[in-house]
Order: sequence, then structure tokens, then C-alpha cells
Amino acid sequence: MTDRALVVVRAGALTTVQDRGRPGYAHLGVPRSGALDPQAAALVNRLAGNPPDAAVLETTLNGCALRPRSTVTVAVGGAPCPVTVGGRPAAWGAPVVVPAGALLEVGAAAAGVRAYVAVSGGIAVEPVLGSRATDLLSGLGPAPLTDGTVLPLGIPAGPPARVDAVPHPCPPAELVLRVTLGPRDDWFTARAVRDLTTRAYRVSSASNRIGLRTEGPALERARTGELPSEGMVLGAVQVPPDGRPVVFLADHPTTGGYPVIAVVRAADLPAAAQAVPGTPVRFVAVRRR
Amino acid sequence: MRAFPVGDDALLVEVASGEQAQALHAELLRRRAEGSLAVREIVPAARTVLLDGLADPVRWASELTSSEVPPAPPRARELIELPVRYDGPDLAEVAAHWKVSEHEVARIHAGTEFTVAFCGFAPGFGYLTGLPARYDVPRRATPRTAVPAGAVALAGPYTGVYPRSSPGGWQLIGTAEAVLWDHARVPAALLSPGARVRFVPVGDA
Repeated sequence: MTDRALVVVRAGALTTVQDRGRPGYAHLGVPRSGALDPQAAALVNRLAGNPPDAAVLETTLNGCALRPRSTVTVAVGGAPCPVTVGGRPAAWGAPVVVPAGALLEVGAAAAGVRAYVAVSGGIAVEPVLGSRATDLLSGLGPAPLTDGTVLPLGIPAGPPARVDAVPHPCPPAELVLRVTLGPRDDWFTARAVRDLTTRAYRVSSASNRIGLRTEGPALERARTGELPSEGMVLGAVQVPPDGRPVVFLADHPTTGGYPVIAVVRAADLPAAAQAVPGTPVRFVAVRRR
Repeated sequence: MRAFPVGDDALLVEVASGEQAQALHAELLRRRAEGSLAVREIVPAARTVLLDGLADPVRWASELTSSEVPPAPPRARELIELPVRYDGPDLAEVAAHWKVSEHEVARIHAGTEFTVAFCGFAPGFGYLTGLPARYDVPRRATPRTAVPAGAVALAGPYTGVYPRSSPGGWQLIGTAEAVLWDHARVPAALLSPGARVRFVPVGDA
């Protein structure tokens, strides 16, 4: 029997297994989790011949190196980065065959933050509540990869996509996040709401899978006191006591006690996942659809 | 009852009390079960219920706010009993807040029937209500970096049991042996919103 497994030779700064997450359990305190850039994850799955919900690897800034024990088709997408197989340059954003025992190197991101690596058959770790995603807030799913981790692979579902090139969004030089105000914009001064939607912010290096943290003008509260804990959504712009807005990403807590001044449109969150620290951020108020 | 659209596909419904939030939560679950409410998540909290993944939040906002807060739901049938040793390191501090002896803290706490008002903080962590307001306690001024799994703790109006070891600022009064969260079990969470809970003292306490 062929050994369908993947050996992690270099885990990189933070590489996790991700899929479409585990929605539907927020009432038990379970974050949704899942790929921060779901479009990129779906694209590499399609290129590798996998269904869209197959588990992929999500790297952070400096890629990873992997050695499959059987011949597989892989696809690397998301943040643009050099790809080599057995030391020779290979395609990014296209199906690539990696022979059994050859080394696949996913290099440092030339732009953006998170590269996605799909392997034919998908990463077949045991699912937890229907998902194989690593949830860094609650610790559900497989631990982040370490050097030497061996990951089981599933059976390939179909042939790789036959494509020459695929369109992909470039990681943003400036991150424009469309927001609808509320639900707790009345907890802030009119000036704070104006500051949020007109002044310049930057992506903070303290950002992670839980939230995109920002640096910029502190938003002033119109009322003091504590907000009783309430349910939180993906894209919520929560304002902690330091006044700097935090945009909730996939591993966000399900409830929280800091007021949410606005919510980012879901379509703008993949770009947020690819914005490197220091990227200028603009929040633009839009009307609710 | 007030309702705030949250982004394009969620609605936060706010009521006046925790009891009303529990009643509203039960009513929304009933509507989902009968098929009249299509929504991905129904997340109760202290004074609110969040409907996330909702096709038409504005229509639901007007529908919900034009009706009365529903009556309290019938009590859950099953009572979950959690064996507990009242041996927490903050027992004396809680006794001082309550102006009773440590033994009395255990007696009052074990004599209370709790309801899981909502979950959050960690998978399977329930916020349990039931103690009268005079027994509210503040959080610890300095949170602990590690609270052990099974710790029975108080903060504000709530009792909680830590499903796994984690940092925490609640006052620890005891230890429960029960496994609060096991993702290999069905259901994974021992305590889910609406459940009735009683703590049963074991050992010398």
C-alpha cells in the first residue's frame, strides 16, 4: 500500500491545517475558524483536483517545506511566493507534481502574508466537529505544524485542473475595508465614528488569526461602563479600552464585552488576511445592503 | 426589545434582562425547529441574542421588535448534577464578600438551582445564573495565568466551570470532576444554553 502521508520538514513561522471551519457551534463557545483567505484555499483545492472543503495548509510569511511519501499533485496560492520541487523552480498558482520523497519548498511570501498549499487528496487529519481546521483561540483541531510532523493524506477525488494561469487578487498595498456602522456605534462619540471612517490606520504586527489589530487614532467612547457580553460576528470591528479597532477574523471569540462600532463586509476580509504589518488601512462607511 | 442589524447578514436582539434573553433564545430555537427561521447561528448572551447568517435582518428586526418578549420557556426537563468539592483557593475571599462562613458559601451554592444562560470564553464554558444578586462578586484584581480544568468559579452574577486549564480572573470556590467538554463525545458540551444545573457537594466540604 502506498504511504499517503506528508512529512513536514520545515514548519515555518506558523503553518496550520485549515478548511471551511466549523460554523454552527457558536452557542457553545466554539469559534468558526477556517482559512483566513477562503478564496485562495478554494482555488488551490480546485487546482489540485480536490473538493472545495478539503483541508489545506495555511502558512504565515515564511512558507514551509514538505516531503510527500507518495507522488502527489500540489498547488500553492494565496500570498505569491517562490515554489521549488527537489530544488528546481516550480509553478505558483498551478498544479505541480511532487514525486514521492521529493522536497516541496514553499518560500517566503513576496507579498501578502498567508500562502495556501493544497495536496491531492487533502490533509486527512481527524475532523473535530466536522472540521479539520486548527483553531488558535480555543485549541480545537490539530496543533500548528512542527518540524517532523507527519500528516495523513486522503484519496484524490479527481484529476488536477487543466489550466495555464488563474486570476488571483494581489495582496493589498492599501487595505480598504468597507464597513456598516453598528451595532454599538452609539457607545462612541460622533468624532470617533468620523475618525474611524476618515483617518489613516495601519495594520499592527500584533495581528493574528483571531483579529487584525490596527494602529491609529484611538476611538473615544461616549459612555463608560461595561457592555454585557454579547455575540460577535466575523468582521466585527471591536474597540478595546486602548481605543484601537480590532477586526475579528476566523478564530475570533464567539462572545465579547467590548463594543463593536462597525462590521467589515465579508468580501473584504480575505484582503485583510493578506495585509502585512504596516499596510495602510482605510475604513469606508457603506450603507447596509 | 430592540434589534440592531450587524453587518449585512446578522441581527443583535437586545432585551431588558437575562431572564428575557433566555426566553427569547428559547422562542428563536422553537422558530428555527419549526422551520420559520433560517439562520446559521443563534447565540444567546447576557442581555442579547445574536442571529448570525440571516437572510433578511431588517425584516426580522421589525418583526421581532413589533412583538412582546415571549414568556419564559418551560424548564428544561433534565437536571444536570455536577459533583463538586468546595476547596477553591478563593473560598475565604468569597465568604468575606458574602459575609458568611466558608461552609455557608458551599451550602448556599449547592442549594441553588442554576441555568446555563449562555456559553462563551472557551468551548463548553457556560455562564450559569441562579444566585441572588446579593451574592455577586467582583473578578480578581489580577487574573491567574493558569486556572485548572474543573475549577468552579464565580464572577459578577455568574458561576462557571473551566472546561480546560486556561488563564482566568474568576474567584475559584471548588473543583468539579465532570468532563465539561469532550469533542469526541456527542454532545461535546456537557452544559449548553438552557440546561438546568445543580452542584452536589462531595468529600469533606
